Amino acid sequence: MKNALGQPQSLLLLGGSSEIGLATARRLVQGRTRRVHLAGRPSPALTAAAAELTAMGAEVSVHDFDAAALDTHETVLGKVFAEGDIDAVLLAFGVLGDQLKDEQDPMAAAAVGQVNYLGAVTSALVSAQALRRQGHGSLIVLSSVAGERARRANFIYGSTKAGLDAFAQGLGDSLQGTGVHVMVVRPGFVRGRMTEGRPEAPMATTPEAVAEAILVGLQRGSETVWAPGALRVVMSGVRHLPRPVYRRLAV
Amino acid sequence: MQGPDAPPSDAPLPAAPPSEVLVALSGWGRTAPTGARVTSPATTEAVVAALRAAGERGVVARGLGRSYGDAAQNAGGSVLDMTALSAIRSIDARRGIVDCESGVSLDRLMRLLLPLGWFVPVTPGTRQVTVGGAIGADVHGKNHHVSGGFSRHVRSLELLTADGRVRTLTPADDPELFWATAGGMGLTGVVLSAQIQLLAVQTSLISVDTERAVDLDDLMARLDATDHRYRYSVAWIDLLARGASLGRAVLTRGDHAPLDQLGPRQLRSPLGFRTAGLPAVPRGIPGGLLSAATVGAFNEFWYRRAPRERRGQLQSIPTFFHPLDGLPEWNRIYGPGGFLQYQFVVPYGEEAALRRIVETIARHRCPAFLAVLKRFGEGDPGWLSFPSPGWTLALDIPAGLPGLGRLLDGLDQEVLAAGGRVYLAKDSRLRPDALAPMYPRLDDFRALRARIDPGNRFTSDLARRLSL
Ligand SMILES: Cc1cc2nc3c(=O)[nH]c(=O)nc-3n(C[C@H](O)[C@H](O)[C@H](O)COP(=O)(O)OP(=O)(O)OC[C@H]3O[C@@H](n4cnc5c(N)ncnc54)[C@H](O)[C@@H]3O)c2cc1C
Ligand SMILES: NC(=O)c1ccc[n+]([C@@H]2O[C@H](COP(=O)([O-])OP(=O)(O)OC[C@H]3O[C@@H](n4cnc5c(N)ncnc54)[C@H](OP(=O)(O)O)[C@@H]3O)[C@@H](O)[C@H]2O)c1
Repeated sequence: MKNALGQPQSLLLLGGSSEIGLATARRLVQGRTRRVHLAGRPSPALTAAAAELTAMGAEVSVHDFDAAALDTHETVLGKVFAEGDIDAVLLAFGVLGDQLKDEQDPMAAAAVGQVNYLGAVTSALVSAQALRRQGHGSLIVLSSVAGERARRANFIYGSTKAGLDAFAQGLGDSLQGTGVHVMVVRPGFVRGRMTEGRPEAPMATTPEAVAEAILVGLQRGSETVWAPGALRVVMSGVRHLPRPVYRRLAV
Repeated sequence: MQGPDAPPSDAPLPAAPPSEVLVALSGWGRTAPTGARVTSPATTEAVVAALRAAGERGVVARGLGRSYGDAAQNAGGSVLDMTALSAIRSIDARRGIVDCESGVSLDRLMRLLLPLGWFVPVTPGTRQVTVGGAIGADVHGKNHHVSGGFSRHVRSLELLTADGRVRTLTPADDPELFWATAGGMGLTGVVLSAQIQLLAVQTSLISVDTERAVDLDDLMARLDATDHRYRYSVAWIDLLARGASLGRAVLTRGDHAPLDQLGPRQLRSPLGFRTAGLPAVPRGIPGGLLSAATVGAFNEFWYRRAPRERRGQLQSIPTFFHPLDGLPEWNRIYGPGGFLQYQFVVPYGEEAALRRIVETIARHRCPAFLAVLKRFGEGDPGWLSFPSPGWTLALDIPAGLPGLGRLLDGLDQEVLAAGGRVYLAKDSRLRPDALAPMYPRLDDFRALRARIDPGNRFTSDLARRLSL
């Protein structure tokens, strides 16, 4: 069970090798979390993540999970939930894609949508159903500021996050009064392997700082978390810029 | 505009199928709400039927929801709102025994019994608790050092156990199940009714002595020296005062006033029970209203307002015992983030640990309204009853306070090292592995539960969180 400070005892990380996901898992294991399920595509990084969390004292199991294989989500995640209550589900998988190349290759663009949006829809719905049955739990969805307003430089990725963000908000509203809490997290530019080699955006942050913001959001029971927090104000300004002005600012 | 692109306000709301209708419940601290199916059985038969109908996530009884944390909620399962089971079966006005169903509140008992010259044997800091909740948490009052916990005054109770049987338990004939149920947080079964031994009083007024203590040492010395002279004793302590004023407090102690202490006006209705109340605190108060500065100013005002010393002041029962009941729904002032109460006891001889804890809280600048310090008497026989001989301190803290998790985990360590414990009816965040060393009879409790409830019919969020 989550306690009054929003500290979960069990965690399901979808995207088991995600840097933000793991930074969050580490912090949670330092708190009350004992049981961790890592769901992801088999890789050395996933194995290493399991070993690291085990060494920290968690009881870890690893599950084969491909976000793009939509029709497997019910079975794969159903098994995880059958093992016992999950207090927090962190939906952390995602791909950035390669904007310029993907514009020339529609199927590659669709693959980004397949993971970031469709894969998130199916796995979030399966999770939400299970959380609703158990009557408690937080579903934490990693959206992005990129979904807040489309940018020339990454609108394929941005549009998948816009869809995911709207979906997660609606899902949260549909779960009002059920004991299930949905939290949408909107990080800005996070230094890490996803953004490696790309020009850093203003207000860049780290996976650890995003993890901290997630923990504070859990403690407060927030529905929306910006990381860093100041992005909330910045983006509410950006949202209202006229298109020509925005085009000139945004890269 | 119609159809899928209509603006949000026009969106049709999908109706949930009736079997799926859940209610989100939380404790008095309004933290960690969880969904459950709630029913309100009004008869014993209905309670039995509700137990049978409960699904695989089990069932737990709920009284008036005054426990602070997650004791009276059951995520994904069933919760029995016991307040409809509220018949007074009989009153023996000669011997002072009431036989009532478990959903009856102490407020109702006071209104009913005071005119007859009887008072409840133990009352917590609110009257808005049920008899079932008073037994489930084995509550204590300001008279613990004299009278022990609530369940000591229960002559017998009816308990519905997981097998569907209703058993009548007395402390003499069924000590195991009786004392596992007293303080057992609803996990041995549903208390259906109880026979309670009452206290004879001549008047409905309390004769109160008030004094100020300038610091923690002064406070402990005063309580130590003269507590035995009073039936009721408690101190309100300002945890925001630092330095030389660390632990400054106001002591209020007293007993039921005898008839001959009343003036002519009061003598017209010596046993009258009057409550005065303010309107309820409205919904929708934002969080973060309470800071160390605002709460500190309140505490300062409150301390200065108290007389340095005053003897024999006549106070009403609500004023003396239940000051917060005058402000209904006061828990809303903490905003949507809610709050929690930390209450612990450390044994006599561990005054240094108590001092370190008070210092730590003061240093952390917790925006804690007046906290309560009290000396407990002998421990109670309930297996999971909280009181044990020593000092108990209780304070309310906003749940969103930065660093609160680590602060309280640290205090737990201090309490554990001193041989103390925290109170389950208030808890909402304890580390599960800290529980067993605090409650030596926990293993017996678990074994008894495994024996009488092998299918885990009775469970709660508290039970899941702490593996009770
Ligand atoms: C302002 C305030 C002051 C307080 N002061 C004190 C104090 O001075 N001393 C003290 O000891 N406590 C105090 N409390 C705590 C309170 O007395 C206890 O939490 C009490 O148990 C609440 O009773 P309730 O009817 O609201 O029960 P709930 O909070 O609804 O339930 C409490 C527990 O009892 C169980 N329970 C309820 N009914 C039944 C039943 N029929 N059969 C079996 N189990 C049942 C529940 O499962 C749960 O585990 C205070 C609380 C508040 C809000
Ligand atoms: N980094 C940023 O700047 C930033 C900013 C805002 C939002 N976000 C979002 O935050 C989340 C986590 O990002 P991160 O920074 O932690 O990046 P990351 O380390 O690259 O993590 C992404 C994760 O997604 C997994 N994944 C990708 N495709 C998958 C698939 N088909 N099936 C299963 N798992 C798949 C990856 O697993 P593999 O190892 O198998 O590839 C990896 O674990 C993402 O949703 C991202 O969009 C990131």
